Amino acid sequence: MANGTIAEHAKSFYEEGTSKKTGLLGWFFSTDHKRIGIMYLAALSTFFIIGVILALFMRLELIAPGETLMDAQTYNTIFTLHGVIMIFLFIVPGIPAIFGNFFLPLMLGAKDVSFPRLNLLSFWIYIVGAILVVISLFVPGGPIDTGWTFYIPYSVRTGTNVSLAIFAAFVLGFSSILTGLNFITTVHRLKAPGMGFFKMPLFVWSTYATAWIQVLATPVIGITILLVIMERAFGIGIFDPSLGGDPILYQHLFWIYSHPAVYIMILPAMGIVSEIIPTFARRTIFGYNAIALSSLAIAFVGYLVWAHHMFTSGMSDTARIVFSFLTFIVALPSGVKVFNWVATMYKGSIDPQPPFLWVMAFIVLFSIGGLTGLVLGSLATDIHLHDTYFVVAHFHYVMFGGTGTIFFAGLYYWFPKMFGKLYHTKLANIGVALFFVAFNLLYFPKFIMGYQGMPRRYYDYLPEFADLQLVSTIGSWLMAIALIIVFGNLIRSLRTGRKATSNPWGGVTLEWHTTSPPPLENFETDIVVTHDPYDFSQLEDMKNE
Amino acid sequence: MQDGHSNEEHSHVTSYGTLVIIWLALLGLTSITVTVAGISLGMYTLFVAMFIAAVKSALVINIFMHIKFEDPIFKVFLLVSALTLLVIFVLTFVDFSFR
Ligand code: HEM
Repeated sequence: MANGTIAEHAKSFYEEGTSKKTGLLGWFFSTDHKRIGIMYLAALSTFFIIGVILALFMRLELIAPGETLMDAQTYNTIFTLHGVIMIFLFIVPGIPAIFGNFFLPLMLGAKDVSFPRLNLLSFWIYIVGAILVVISLFVPGGPIDTGWTFYIPYSVRTGTNVSLAIFAAFVLGFSSILTGLNFITTVHRLKAPGMGFFKMPLFVWSTYATAWIQVLATPVIGITILLVIMERAFGIGIFDPSLGGDPILYQHLFWIYSHPAVYIMILPAMGIVSEIIPTFARRTIFGYNAIALSSLAIAFVGYLVWAHHMFTSGMSDTARIVFSFLTFIVALPSGVKVFNWVATMYKGSIDPQPPFLWVMAFIVLFSIGGLTGLVLGSLATDIHLHDTYFVVAHFHYVMFGGTGTIFFAGLYYWFPKMFGKLYHTKLANIGVALFFVAFNLLYFPKFIMGYQGMPRRYYDYLPEFADLQLVSTIGSWLMAIALIIVFGNLIRSLRTGRKATSNPWGGVTLEWHTTSPPPLENFETDIVVTHDPYDFSQLEDMKNE
Repeated sequence: MQDGHSNEEHSHVTSYGTLVIIWLALLGLTSITVTVAGISLGMYTLFVAMFIAAVKSALVINIFMHIKFEDPIFKVFLLVSALTLLVIFVLTFVDFSFR
């Protein structure tokens, strides 16, 4: 794809920074998109692990009926924290913050993002937001117990630290908006010569669509949060019915952001899938234009369906029917993608390396999550299933089985590029396999329990659910082991892994045209794009680069 | 920056006269909003207020914020944002108006 050669033994971005500072300060003040991406990786992984540990405690409480480990109030705060951490600190910033930062400029053939300092500011705003969440746990009033959705009227009445915790979400929103702005500008302004919109890798397309949602949807949650804080502090009567407010308005405003936000979570993951499948099937992607444009379509249709979270909230029947109908439409662009991925693999020469296996796990888990979403999107069935474990199972399948799985896929795909090291393949395969089994053991029983009427957000349950709850808890232990293997393999490889070549998988997008790890300004020579993004005929030439 | 459309190429000076006229128009529209708020139009109060607000924003965005003189791409961006907002309003009213 690129003309020119890479000089041997150039300094990598680890050895050469953007400022004169060295050591940790050289990282904290670095405006290099790659260092910022890695700092996000460290921060987000930390919060992910904290979220998992909280969840393990919840599962332990649920191992048997009655109070086993904690009382109801503790359980309330723990599931809230688990939700807040997983949503606002892990999965929403997630893939754009880590892989978007690291790879968007590389894939475009650019030296950095458009606004490198703003990028560093986004990172630090994220950290400030995270610190506020932590502070909210320890100041008088106690940790927030509303669930991650902060529903009115409870969130106005509870004495816990709602205001501070949601203010943290407000701050985190700015990080998201600025990152989105940066990516949109980068895509428009910094494509290498020869790269038109329809020669961009699909990960770039999906990050671009995501960036639009970040910019357009996040302000809504910001305003909503400020209104809740004012309602708590001054009783202004926007949401509180006793003051003439409308509690359903809160749910509208919350989901006007939070539903598009689920597309912030999943779109970049779909982009990574579209990168990994062609590389390991050695075949150009099937239906490039359809996949690229379906990202934009999903981003747009994602704005039209928010109230499917509110079918039982008391909104008008007309609205329920309209939103249920619109919900079914989102399945179309998602279906376009899945069929195109499968068609890409057809007659490809598939090399089932670990990143590819993660993607296969994704397709299964995400399809289960997506299809059960249709069950919840139908009015009649949702009345029965709303606020049960069925919902808990559904969103873990899409968020954890979907985006979470692809977070690992991306990590295993790009690890050699990011760190210049290879990991242990066999251990990686064991990790995926165990993850897949543990995942289904942990969450599939929740579908059945939900169908049978087990409500979500309860620390206790009727004896008839005991067996399935136990299975789910055992699943959570297996999941813990799987995650230790998955992370452990990578951490170990950082020190002892074999050195990676510049293109260990035979990928052809631009990031594989530079050294592993890349130099400070990404490429030794100026990039000129001459091929389509998934044109594997260039592999031979690349060997000589 | 290979597409060569840096913003500087489009430096456009709006005359003071135009700026003052727009300013007066905004003041006029504001007083209409205030007056209309005093008249009982039932369901339509909101729509009238929204319409006037939209006209005002259009003036500010086009003239004071210079969008009128910018590249088409910026207009497309703005249109997308405005349409999104419109869709959100319309769909919210699908609930509110039929309760
Ligand atoms: C080992 C991994 C995990 C386990 C064992 C786990 C388990 C649980 C459990 C038991 C609940 C509470 C169910 C209830 O009582 O209603 C829950 C809620 C939740 N989980 Fe997870 N989870 C895990 C990973 C994740 C991940 C990766 C995400 C997101 C990316 C996530 C997002 C959520 C959310 C948003 C809630 C809802 C909190 C609320 O009701 O406010 N979880 N999880």
